[in-house]
Order: sequence, then structure tokens, then C-alpha cells
Amino acid sequence: MITLHKRSVAASATAITALLLLAACGSTTEEAAPEASATMATEDRCATGDTIPVGLLNSLSGTMAISEVTVRDSLLLAVDEINASGGVLGKQLVPISEDGASDWPTFAEKAQKLISEDKVAATFGGWTSSSRKQMLPVFESAKELLFYPVQYEGLEASPYIFYTGATTNQQIIPALDYLKEEGVKTLYLVGSDYVFPRTANKEIAAYAAANGMEIVGEDYKPLGNTEFSAIVDSIKAAKPDAVFNTLNGDSNVAFWKQYKSAGLDAKTTPVVSVSIAEEEVAAIGPEYLTDQLVSWNYYQTTDTPENAAFVKAYQDKYGADKPTSDPMEAAYTSLYLWKAMAEKAGSCNPEAIKAAADGITFAAPEGLVTIDGANQHIYKTARIGKITDDGQIVEVWNSGEPIKPDPFLEGYDWAAGLSGASPAPSSS
Amino acid sequence: MNTTLQKITSHPLLAKLQSNPYIGRLFRPGPIRTFSGFLVGGILLFLIAPLVLSQFRLELLGKYLAFAIVASGIGLAWGRGGLLTLGQGVFFGIGAYAMAMHLKLSQTPEGQLPDFMQLYGEVESLPSYWVPFQYAWFAIPAIIILPALIAYLVGAMIFRRGVRGAYFAILSQALAAALAIFIVGQQGTTGGTNGLTNLNNFFGYDLDDPVNRKMVYFIIAGILLGVIAITRQLMFSRYGELLVATRDAYQRVRFLGYNPARVLTVAFAVSAAMAGLGGAAFVSIVGAINPASIDVVPSIAFIIGVAVGGRSTLLGPVLGAVGVAWFGTAASEAYPDSWQYIQGGMFILVVAFLPGGLATLPAAFRAIKGKWDDRKPPEIPSMGSGAVQEASA
Repeated sequence: MITLHKRSVAASATAITALLLLAACGSTTEEAAPEASATMATEDRCATGDTIPVGLLNSLSGTMAISEVTVRDSLLLAVDEINASGGVLGKQLVPISEDGASDWPTFAEKAQKLISEDKVAATFGGWTSSSRKQMLPVFESAKELLFYPVQYEGLEASPYIFYTGATTNQQIIPALDYLKEEGVKTLYLVGSDYVFPRTANKEIAAYAAANGMEIVGEDYKPLGNTEFSAIVDSIKAAKPDAVFNTLNGDSNVAFWKQYKSAGLDAKTTPVVSVSIAEEEVAAIGPEYLTDQLVSWNYYQTTDTPENAAFVKAYQDKYGADKPTSDPMEAAYTSLYLWKAMAEKAGSCNPEAIKAAADGITFAAPEGLVTIDGANQHIYKTARIGKITDDGQIVEVWNSGEPIKPDPFLEGYDWAAGLSGASPAPSSS
Repeated sequence: MNTTLQKITSHPLLAKLQSNPYIGRLFRPGPIRTFSGFLVGGILLFLIAPLVLSQFRLELLGKYLAFAIVASGIGLAWGRGGLLTLGQGVFFGIGAYAMAMHLKLSQTPEGQLPDFMQLYGEVESLPSYWVPFQYAWFAIPAIIILPALIAYLVGAMIFRRGVRGAYFAILSQALAAALAIFIVGQQGTTGGTNGLTNLNNFFGYDLDDPVNRKMVYFIIAGILLGVIAITRQLMFSRYGELLVATRDAYQRVRFLGYNPARVLTVAFAVSAAMAGLGGAAFVSIVGAINPASIDVVPSIAFIIGVAVGGRSTLLGPVLGAVGVAWFGTAASEAYPDSWQYIQGGMFILVVAFLPGGLATLPAAFRAIKGKWDDRKPPEIPSMGSGAVQEASA
């Protein structure tokens, strides 16, 4: 059955492979010089062709789909509206939708596909920080633009990303300021085990230390975990003035049910959440959330004429029972901001758009927003909301004016040393 | 595979070619056929693919080939050894992180911490387990040796106690989940859920340059051919026979005086080494790694590729891994909203009608056409006896 010569053949085949490999490597390195110059020159992708392709990159399958599909729908609404009013630079937009599949390397792959195969003028999407971190090198290396519409943990300012969601000083710090005003002295932190909650909680701990608050507990559960009885028990035992909730996704459903069944509610121990918007309130059930607090920059009930039009247009397109939420609004806004920048620059060239970015404003559903050219985030008004028993969120406090984005928290003394913005510590 | 090729005699031209004393050797098992097989593979990967595929598609192919390297090892352990390795993500992950740590350190300026450690600010100096990975002479062997060693130790412990079948599958899957959860929890030193990203310095070559990424593709293609050669060698050797025998008649192998636990341990360790190599290849072409890519779900995805391709054949797992990944990409680009149903439907079809995988398609096809002389049911190598016949054919 086994002949000896097979062994030698396999060995020689391996040797041939190695030779082929060496030959191939040799030739590529020699070619490096002429081809390198062809590396993704940043051209004006609106100049060629009769239409402008734009990339929409959201998870349409997997655990994040429930949230990200609404963002994609909202982006499509903005595309329709812009096309109906004459397009960008006189050309119609053609949306190309790709599925990030709740899988971070897939986001990078699809981003690359949109850039190099579809030649999109800009890409809109991403939700989790992990997906953004995976896409970042793709956009930086191709020198193309990504518009990221979700609140995040800050400490980042890529030259090729525009952040239209809140950074921490527009969402988490205002929430802490509000709690402080309300006389909260002790806080309990509950979060999903990933980058956003862990980083946010570090910032919260630094804030608490500087403002005479005490952190009486800090717990994490893996994304999707539904066992919270131990955490709820320890919250009950610790008796904090408030709980700061950075849980994401399905875990919230279990947490809130167990929270209520332990006899805790907004009167005994209020919870402020930063990842629960209208969509999630409906999924968890408003009866578990009545009078609890959330912190965002936009609610479906936000009282601006632009929002009335936005909610109506969205519900006309997708159904009268569909809620609108903060990330959807930020995504919708991002497309209009890109249009405004492209029209000011007279081009879709990413460098021209970046140069035109500073000071661009848009009357968004959340109110007036302005791009800060220095870090490519936007000025946003912080709004604390209270969940009503019919599943809506009503504003109970706002910051009065749009807050200047400060992703590295440079304007806060207590935040010194939190991030890479501080001088790099040397390795021993 | 060997048997199937021999039996395609319907076409007169093909029959004529096969009866030719020189050309016919291409169709009969032996050194010439093996050599020409590798030559064809080499030409496809090194000449045809770079010519017909765009830079982006070539890099995607590079990613699929990284999965194929993992699949080749699974084919050995599962197809030949009957070990349902549901947790290859562990070894894929160890190889990937070993490579990623080296690449991350090599792009970090001397005396500084990697970017994400500065960002999270949990450590003041480089953690001790990171230190050796700054040396290529440590990191590169570690990609292969570390997974193999861990698999060997795990295997030596559990196979001797007779843990096999579903218990082994559950245990290996738990390992994958445990490693992913551990990495997520250690955000300050592992990068947490974000993982290690933005790896753009491949042993001095700038990965932002497409030409260098093409070079990485060629290296991966070369490694894959090497891995196939090694798998082939193991499959058709005396050891390969023993492995199949252990799968099909564990006790008899024991009564014959062999130690079946050791046979399985070796297969497990080899497949782990290949998974580690695949992980390192993945990191090199993708430029990032995170726990979600080494968790339970990707571990199952590896198995699906192998099952669809044909687990007990030499090339089935490789072609299955590439085919499933390619099909997934193509479907998701064409139907971004519903592609997962399409992909799921394909898996069901394959498992229902071709339990031996796509590699057994020709045999099944012939059975349907009724052209097979003695009208036996289709030969499915994965089902035991077929595998031995295949080796001897």
C-alpha cells in the first residue's frame, strides 16, 4: 500500500514549493519600486461618472444586526432625500450596502472592497468600537473617509474618520454632572466586558475620585450573558445612590428583569444607561424601565422642527411604529455633513473635504451641529432623558448649548494620565 | 480522490490519454502524478491567481488560504483520526497572537509601549510574556511550537484517559471559549475585544504598500503547498494507516500492541501546529486579530469548510475552506441582507446529499447516472473503509 518513493516525491514537491516561493518573493521585491507609486492616490471620486457611489457598511446579520439595520435604513433615507433635492455636486448618490456581519475582520474586508472595487466616495457605518478599530487602518492606508455614527469611548482622532456620535465629554461626563447635581455620592458600575464599558468606567472612576463620589462596585459580564442575579444581589447589598449601566445588547433584557424582580427601581436605586435608546427600550419592555435615566444627544421626542420632519419621513418610509434613535440620527446627520463639506470643497477628494470640514454646520434633528476640524468630531448638545411607561424617552435636562468635542479629555484636569494623549510611559 | 480520477473513463479522448504510456502516468498514482499535482497547484496560486485577480481579491484569497492551512490540519485530525476538533480557534489564536505580538512590537519605537497599552494605560512596562515576542527567532518558531505543545499536553492528558468523541469536541470548544474570554478580560495587555490592530510592518516590509501585501500572499500560498505536502505525507504513510485504524477500530489497534492515545495525540498536535500557522498567515494578510476571530463561532466555521469540502480527503478540506469562504463573500456582496440564509441552505444541501463532502461529488454523480459497473452505492471515503481504499488506490 505504501511505496517508498512517495516519500521522496513529497519531499521534492516541498522543495519545489520552496523554490517557487523564493522566486515569487524575489520578483515582488524587485517590482516594489515602480508599483509603489500607484498606491491609492486620493482622487476626486465625484468627478468621474454620472453618479456617485457611497458605501453603507453595517451589520445586517449577527448579534449587532438589530441595531445596525436601523442605522442603514436611516442612511438610505438620507440618500433618498439628498437625491430628491438634486444630489451632491449635481450628481445622484448610489448607495452600495455591505454586511459587516457583526464580525470585525469582515468590516475591514468590506471596507477595503468598497474602497478598491466599488470606488465609493465615502463610507458610512460601523457601530462597535472593535469594528471601527479594524476599519481604521484600512481607511488610513487608502486615505479614504469613514463616517462613524455611534457614541464611543473617545481617546481617538483618526485623520480619515469623522465621528458624528458623542465622545465621552458629550455623553458620559454630562450624565455624571447631572448625577452630581442630584446629590449622588456613591455609584455602582455595571458593564459588558469589552472596550467601551471598560474604558468608560475608567473615566468614570477618575471623575468620581475628583468629585467626591465613591465607586462601590464594578462588574462586567461577557456580551450576550444573561445571568445577573449575583450582580443584582451585590448592588442591593451595596446600596449605591445610583447605578451606571454600560451593558450592551441582549444582556440588558436579563439585567432589567432581574433588577426589577429584586425589588429595585428608579425610586430606590436609579440607573443611568448610555447604551439604551428607543429601540432597546421596546426590546426590554418599558415596564422594567419606567423613570430610569439615559444619556444621549437625541431622542425621538427631541423638540426641533428638523426632528419632526425626520421622524415623519422615517416612519413614512419604514412604518409608523418604528422608533428613531440617537445612532440613527447621527448617521442621517453624517451624510448631510459630508454633502455640505463636498459642496464647500467642490470635490469629493478626501483631502479637500478634510480641509473644508472645520466649521461646517447642519441643522440636524438633534439641533445645530458643527464640525470641529481639529479632531473631526462634532459639537453636540448633551441630553439626559427619562424613560416613560409608554416606551418613549423625554428630556429632563440638557447642556443648553452644543458641547465642544474633547475626545482625549484634555480640558479636564482629573482625566490627565487616562490616555495616550499623556506622554508615553517608557518601558522600564 | 485517486479512485475517482481513475474511474472517469467515459470520454473517449480522456480514455485515450489515460492509455498513453507517458501521459497516462499523470492519471495514475505515483510520483509523476503527485509532482504534476503540486505543479498545477503552484501555477494556479503563483501565476494564474495574481494575473486574473485584482489586488483586493488576491488579498481575500490570501485570507482564504490561511483558513485552508487550518483546514488541512483539521482534515488530518478529524477526517483521518476522527477527532472532532471544534476548538481549533485556540491554536489559530495562539499562532495569530504570537505573530501579531511580534508585528506590533516591531512597529513600536524602541523604549515605548505598543499603542494600545499606552491608550488603556493599565501597565507601566511591557508585560513579561510579551518580551520574548520582540525577537523573530522566538516568535516564528512559537507560532508552530506553542500550539503543538499545548495540543500535545492536552492530548496526552485526555486521550490516555479515553476521552474521545463528543466529550473531546466539547472540551476543545470550551478551550476556545476560555481563551477568547481570557483575552477580552485582559484589555490592558492583550487589547481586549479590539484585539491587536493596525499591524503594518511585516518584518521590515510596509504592509500599507500593496506590493508587499502581494508578497505576503505568495508566502501564504507557499506555506499552504508545504502544509498540503506534509499532510499528504502523514496521510499516506504507515502513521496515516494507523491513524485511520485508530479512528475505525480503537480497541483493535490497542490489542495489536500500538498505543492509540499516542497516535491521536500526534494528530492533534500536528493539526494544532497547522492551525497556528494558519493564524499567523491570517494576521499577516489581514493586519489584525481579535478574540472574536478565535472564538467558538470561527472554530465551527473551520469545521464547516472541512465538512463541505470532504473531511477525509487530502484536498477536500483545503478546497472546502476556500470554497465556503469564497461563497460566503460572493453571496454577501450580492445579497447583503439575506446571504446567511443562502449560505445556510448550501450547508444543509451538502450535508444532506453529500455527507462525505464535495470531494465525493464525482462518485455520487456516477452513482446517480448508474454508470458504475457493479452499481455499488457511492463510495464515501469519510465513512471508514473508503479511506483505506483511497490510500491504496
